[in-house]
Amino acid sequence: MNLLIAVPFVVPLLGAAATLLLRRAPRAQQVASAVTLAVVIADSTLLLAATADGTVVASQAGGWAAPLGITLVVDPLAALLLLVSSVVLLIVLLYAIGQDISGLSRAVPQVFHPIYLVLTAGVCLSFLSGDLFNLFVGFEIMLTASYALITQAPTRARVRASMIYTVVGLTSSIFFLTGIALVYALTGTVNLADVAEKLGAAPAGLRMVLALLFLVVFGIKAAIVPMHFWLPDSYPVAITRISAIFAALLTKVAVYAIIRTQTLLFGRDDVSTVMMWIAIATMVIGILGALVQDDINRIMSFALVSHIGFMVFGLALNSVAGIAGVLVYLVHHIVVQATLFLVNGLIRQYVGHTSLRSIRGLTVVSPLLAIFFFLPALSLAGLPPMSGFVAKVALFQAGVQAGGWLIYLGLTAGVLTSLFTLMAIFRVWARAFWGTPLPDMLEARAELRRGPDFVGRRLMAATTGTMVGVGLLVAAAAGPLTDIAFTAARDLLDGRAYIEAVLPEGAP
Amino acid sequence: MSTPGLLLVAAVAVLYSGGFYLLLQRSLMRVVFGIIMLGHAANLSLMLTDEAITLPPLLGGPNGEISDPLPQAMALTAIVITFGVTTFLLALAYRVWLGDNNDEVPDDLEDRRIGRLSEPEDSS
Repeated sequence: MNLLIAVPFVVPLLGAAATLLLRRAPRAQQVASAVTLAVVIADSTLLLAATADGTVVASQAGGWAAPLGITLVVDPLAALLLLVSSVVLLIVLLYAIGQDISGLSRAVPQVFHPIYLVLTAGVCLSFLSGDLFNLFVGFEIMLTASYALITQAPTRARVRASMIYTVVGLTSSIFFLTGIALVYALTGTVNLADVAEKLGAAPAGLRMVLALLFLVVFGIKAAIVPMHFWLPDSYPVAITRISAIFAALLTKVAVYAIIRTQTLLFGRDDVSTVMMWIAIATMVIGILGALVQDDINRIMSFALVSHIGFMVFGLALNSVAGIAGVLVYLVHHIVVQATLFLVNGLIRQYVGHTSLRSIRGLTVVSPLLAIFFFLPALSLAGLPPMSGFVAKVALFQAGVQAGGWLIYLGLTAGVLTSLFTLMAIFRVWARAFWGTPLPDMLEARAELRRGPDFVGRRLMAATTGTMVGVGLLVAAAAGPLTDIAFTAARDLLDGRAYIEAVLPEGAP
Repeated sequence: MSTPGLLLVAAVAVLYSGGFYLLLQRSLMRVVFGIIMLGHAANLSLMLTDEAITLPPLLGGPNGEISDPLPQAMALTAIVITFGVTTFLLALAYRVWLGDNNDEVPDDLEDRRIGRLSEPEDSS
């Protein structure tokens, strides 16, 4: 079991080294990356099977006992997110390979593969780490890899965007370090379970300050309003595969960190009123931003910001049903967001950009593409029977159960946001997919069909199709998924299982 | 609190405020300097968590006492990370300068275009 817990971040790091050595053999490099991610998926499946009943397993790296050593913990939440993330990472990797084969991208594959695997390692380490400083290291591995990835195929706009992205990321990291310093000064430990035990004796005011500080730290990374300005400026500018994986995973890792710290460390303190207001602001401001944009990538980025608000809403309810709703929403949103950005990449094949001003009639140019866009887009808006509907019902049910005027206000904002999301999607649909295609789009299609890069384009379409399929699978498997989410939520709110797994003999 | 501790507190305060001031400037070079100062501030505040900061780090204290090694280990890791990312940031700032021949942070074009949409159209 100890070995299994270490696999999700050790294997990608080894894989990164291997792909770096294989940089002169592109085919071998592609196989090595794909195999690495397949191993991570297999391992995450085993971890999820072992923890699905609510068990929490801890592993002490290096044999040092809990508060001193590096603790890795896997609970249902971590295992579920590991599985979903690794599946999405593998599909996006295959899409990227298809793009490289077809020669449609100006990214450098030799550089892309190692950094992509390092990013994977960072994401997995963030999910697994059982102490605050290790969480910081996991975040930094992930962020440093993302700083390098966002500058792939550098243009002037990309360099500008990555400057914004890097500065914002660093600022949040520095807040994180400050937070760790304050926690260590207060409790003398950075082990999450140990901190959770010792914070109980700390003054309530100080605890509240720390809770809010960590909310800001991860809130910047999760792009909650009013700390979201960097996201629509940086994500859409990057190349397709990068913006897909950033939109799907990076903000969700931050949401995971918010869930972990706010339940385990600061569960006693009530920041739920603040969080509810933040959730309302995030939902409404994000989606209003999406309505006025006319670049599909930017619309999706603003929608991403707004839908982070749903997760904060569920967390602010501070109930088992609320948190279970957040987990279902996380899984749904990771898959859907990645799919939509991959589809935008396919659109770019025909027109070279994603601005609504000069795209018409995509349904005629490629009916398959239209289906690939339509299904996840409806899911994002939350129409039945898609996964978005399941997730939103879970959240709204939890909200109604909790009651209270502020929560009803949040629910109203949620329903309005869903409607506005539908409006934004139909704006894209009406302008880009309906109508008569522009002549140069038909030329581009003829050009692509004549091109020798048929295999690569097939792979791109097939992986996007798989991603759409995974989205439908999330809806089909809603029952078991909700069961696991409820188990995980009970574990999170209780916290005792986590603390006992890490510190079997009690706090020192 | 001892005098060295107070001095450190003052240094941390100056570094944080100076760092955030620089971070809000338009010139990218100043932003980078702001990040460097903030990095130092965070690392120093990690060191500050040790009450026995005046004791020797490893060996040779009066009664064999030493200062707490954990904040030092954390600060060391953090220094490596902030150093690496700062180098990357400098390279990026250089690329921006190469591309545009200035290092100002520009207004967001997309936002300004959308802002103009709300202005009444010229009827002439």
